[in-house]
Amino acid sequence: MSKIKFSVDGRECFGKPGQTILEAARDNGVYIPSLCRYEGLKPTGSCRICTVRVGGRYMAACTQPLSEGITVENTAPDLEDMRRAMIEMLFVGGNHMCPTCEKSGNCELQALAYRYQMLVPRFPYQFPLRTIDPTGPKLLVDHNRCIKCHRCVAMVKTKDGKSVFGPLYRSKRKKIGADLTLAAGLTDDQAKKAMDHCPVGAILKKEIGFAVPIGRRTYDKAPIGSDVETPRT
Amino acid sequence: MARKITIEPVTRVEGHGKVTIHLDDAGKVTQTRFHIVEFRGFEKFIQGHPYWEVPVLVQRLCGICPVSHHLAAAKAMDVIAGVGPADLTPTAEKMRRLMHYGQIFQSHALHFFHLASPDLLFGADADPAIRNIIGVALKHRDLAVKGVLMRKFGQEIIKATAGKKIHGTGAIPGGINKNLSPEERDAFLKAPDPLNADTMVAWAQFAVDFFKDFHKKNTALVDGFAAFPSNHLSLIRKDGALDFYHGALRAVDADGKKVLDDADYQDYLEHIGEDVRSWSYMKFPYLRSLGKADGWYRVGPLARLNTCDFIPTPLAQKEFEIYKAYTAGKPNAMSLHTHWARLIELLHAGEVVRDLLNDKDLQGTDLVRKGRKAYEGVGLVEAPRGTLFHHYRINADDQIEMANLIVSTTHNNEPMNRAVNWVAMNVLEGRKEITEGMLNRVEIAIRAYDPCLSCATHALGRMPLSVELVDARGGLIDKKER
Ligand code: SF4
Repeated sequence: MSKIKFSVDGRECFGKPGQTILEAARDNGVYIPSLCRYEGLKPTGSCRICTVRVGGRYMAACTQPLSEGITVENTAPDLEDMRRAMIEMLFVGGNHMCPTCEKSGNCELQALAYRYQMLVPRFPYQFPLRTIDPTGPKLLVDHNRCIKCHRCVAMVKTKDGKSVFGPLYRSKRKKIGADLTLAAGLTDDQAKKAMDHCPVGAILKKEIGFAVPIGRRTYDKAPIGSDVETPRT
Repeated sequence: MARKITIEPVTRVEGHGKVTIHLDDAGKVTQTRFHIVEFRGFEKFIQGHPYWEVPVLVQRLCGICPVSHHLAAAKAMDVIAGVGPADLTPTAEKMRRLMHYGQIFQSHALHFFHLASPDLLFGADADPAIRNIIGVALKHRDLAVKGVLMRKFGQEIIKATAGKKIHGTGAIPGGINKNLSPEERDAFLKAPDPLNADTMVAWAQFAVDFFKDFHKKNTALVDGFAAFPSNHLSLIRKDGALDFYHGALRAVDADGKKVLDDADYQDYLEHIGEDVRSWSYMKFPYLRSLGKADGWYRVGPLARLNTCDFIPTPLAQKEFEIYKAYTAGKPNAMSLHTHWARLIELLHAGEVVRDLLNDKDLQGTDLVRKGRKAYEGVGLVEAPRGTLFHHYRINADDQIEMANLIVSTTHNNEPMNRAVNWVAMNVLEGRKEITEGMLNRVEIAIRAYDPCLSCATHALGRMPLSVELVDARGGLIDKKER
């Protein structure tokens, strides 16, 4: 198979035809952050955390196909600051209380905030009024924590392929809704997976609460992205 | 001209308090009020949250004794998860106990060495610039170092059991999420001096002896200061032993007669009422059987040593016998003896921590139980400052519908008001000038109860103190600030 040559921050990399910039970079040990993307799902490019600069133009690395000879900027200080700004926007746009969230330590948003060293957000807190909705007998959806990434819409399905979750309204009013009849049919395993697929703590499987101590969770052990990265030689 | 003296905020007390002393034209005290500006809103704020989040959430009420809230909530959630106190696995119960006694140890050490010892060592009239923990560190280095390290030891116990020194997650509905590894255990048992369990017990004994010596030299002050009779309430183990983690409610009156005994705290509402007064946000709890006027009580170290029959560890029991003999077995009503009682408890907590560390059950792997879900639960512990009540109701979707928390500061609301009134009557009365020492006596009275006013972080150093003299028409006649 032919190889595509490209570079990320001056590092020479090789990819395969049909890959996105993000996928090819990952195969070369370069981490480009993402939130809405999930392995095995068609990328939507909605969160923009993966924004890189190619030839002076900004693009979403998770959707942009790789092409021969491109020069990708991934860790330029201004790009990193932009990502930090996006993370801050997600924090101020919801009500995220990491200290008491079951997902703390396993939450991708929190992990990115640590990775990009978010301190005090530069934007004013919105403190939106949101609810916690029971969703079938096995789940609670806490809209305070939802970042509307749509992962659940694509991933949480019944046996016959029907989506349990779907978007409601638009713009600021937008929220993730659920078909309660379909949600009622979710097995324990499906409900647990729904919680695991959500990058934040918006989907909560009932009665899972702090069974794994803080300090022993995924990103307590190693920062997000460290599984992808290989040190530069 | 009638005068009003305002002391605000009270220093070395967590949070903010304000004292107003109303004087009539002759300079006689007409009324004293201790206002606690405490409105944390947690009872409302947690509504809608899933119940298993609550033990982790509510502990944010306090930065000094979060473990108490964590455990009281977890005990209430045990009931909701259908797991009674007797159904917890031995590992779960003992890990929780270790966490709790570790916190009592660090909190009592903090209170005595950091907050109270400056008053004892330097006296109430000393310059506030030295009458603080920094002053203690400069003049009595050994004492200050012991205080810091005892607190550290307790904090490390909390970390090993709850996962973090502050705001951990150890206790979960129906059990605990970790055991104590042999390495963690040995770090406490075999550590080089001084941070091991044996030295901590020895230092706690030193603290008790230090207080007894101080008492001998200052008997009139310690015995006379803000002494007034009251009822006393606490949890008590079934056999009458002092127990900070679990038991039934017992209350005794000023003569030691049991006015409530062996009462299941799930029914606390039958026994305890809460009165409201127009001038305070904080409620005034009382024993229903004695009524609103006479039913108020003390909680905390003084109350606990008045309600219990014995202390189930040898060194603390020995001290308890000396302490009880001093009042001929009768309930102790002397506010400053709270420090003495607190240090005996410190010794007891040190002994319990040491014994638990040697208990193999802590390395067990059976951590959580599950039972038939209930929709309402009450959890109580004896927090460092006194009995702590957590009461919750959930809906069919596991969300909190109602929460009622009665913290020790609330139980001690009336006693603290009485203590401040005592100072006003006995110390301020008739003086023409407000001195630093006089103001500090008001604070010493409050500090004996160790109130946790609203979880501020100003334990160290000097906070601004402003004193205003106001006449009957609200006009300012004098003002002092430091
Ligand atoms: S609930 Fe979770 S997975 Fe679904 S949109 Fe919100 S954040 Fe994404």
